[in-house]
Amino acid sequence: MPARADGEHVIDKRVGSLVDAVADIRDGATVFVGGFGNSGIPVELVHAVLDQGARDLTLVTNNAGSGETDVAALLRERRVRKIICSYPRSSGSIWFEERYRAGELELELVPQGTLSERMRAAGAGLGGFFTPAGADSLLAEGKEVRIINGRRHVFEEPLHGDVALIKARKADRWGNLVYSTAARNFGPTMATAATLTVVQVREFVELGDLDPECIVTPGIFVDRVVQVEAS
Amino acid sequence: MSGPRLSLTDMARRVSRDIPSGAYVNLGIGMPTLVGDVVSPEKEIVYHSENGILGMGPAPAPGEGDPELINAGKQPVTLVPGGSFFHHTDSFMMMRGGHIDVTVLGAFQVSEKGDLANWATDEVGHPPAVGGAMDLAVGAKRVLVLMTHTTKAGAPKILSSCTFPLTAAAVVDRIYTELAVLDVTRDGLVVREMVAGLDREELQARTGARLAFADDVLVLEPGAV
Repeated sequence: MPARADGEHVIDKRVGSLVDAVADIRDGATVFVGGFGNSGIPVELVHAVLDQGARDLTLVTNNAGSGETDVAALLRERRVRKIICSYPRSSGSIWFEERYRAGELELELVPQGTLSERMRAAGAGLGGFFTPAGADSLLAEGKEVRIINGRRHVFEEPLHGDVALIKARKADRWGNLVYSTAARNFGPTMATAATLTVVQVREFVELGDLDPECIVTPGIFVDRVVQVEAS
Repeated sequence: MSGPRLSLTDMARRVSRDIPSGAYVNLGIGMPTLVGDVVSPEKEIVYHSENGILGMGPAPAPGEGDPELINAGKQPVTLVPGGSFFHHTDSFMMMRGGHIDVTVLGAFQVSEKGDLANWATDEVGHPPAVGGAMDLAVGAKRVLVLMTHTTKAGAPKILSSCTFPLTAAAVVDRIYTELAVLDVTRDGLVVREMVAGLDREELQARTGARLAFADDVLVLEPGAV
């Protein structure tokens, strides 16, 4: 196995702490947060951002948090300037509603498939795409609409992130990932579309232990991985 | 609303009869989830959930199950043998790309042209939310709407044109209510089935669009659908 003279691995994306995992996130950053409802939310990483102090953030996440933890805590602490999501309302989305009604939070509502595909386009190096989803709706206002195969399509731009925060099940030191059931959701797409992709996992495994036929996110899309005990 | 009407179970059962064995099906949140409970066990149906599941099974036994294995309504579910997990982009590719055979959706309003309004009302100051509704409405091969015929206040929800913001235009194929089953056709709405004891004038009076009636309108017997 290639190693440097000091015995350290050349490629080792594992970091030793949540503090190291979220180091250097700047004020004003666009931050992807994986998860759907309470499934797959990288709760510990989001709390690490809360402690780290970055503010004026643009969050990209499907829901807008509920209760007092993770995304809701960032909203409560006024760390978020704008949220880009598909379904901000849920039982317990009190901090979203509070900040939204007070006019302190900008909301960009995006159909769920468009949200995911915009990130995919960014990760794939594409300049956007035309989709029929929302083309007949208010969400197409101000955007280019084109008739393709007799149907209205709206142009949607790629959505790039400065940082992606993702939860996976296992990783090796190259950052190869497997996920856990439906917690996979936005993770694999977000990982491709951010400058810095940070992953929390329950378990580290040796290089070669993940079945290459079953690796979901190849490590090329991952920058930092931190182990977090199962809560 | 007084007068003859189908129960929710009857309505769900009626929808389930139109879902063919072998279909890939996405059930919207709310009333449509009831359809999964009444589908004939002889049918083999693969349920899709927008958050990356094919082969979604029923709720786990209390205290069991995986907290991250949830459906689009964020309720715990299970995976049947043969089921699979995939990421969101693939999931919505299935939806938008025409790979889902049937979707059953709730609605605030449907127009005679099949326009669907199910994501926003005209309520002022209420933060909007859209979720996967628009992708599903434009992509599924067959869009079935399961909803009450009128609002709680008695206002028609089937209209000549929707007054609420559209989810998608000209996508709905069939509407199921507690009063009737209606097809959206090139020539407008055609009533195929009606609850026993309801007359055509009454159904028309509760509908905000002009109705045509099939030559052989079938009768839906409450409790025996």
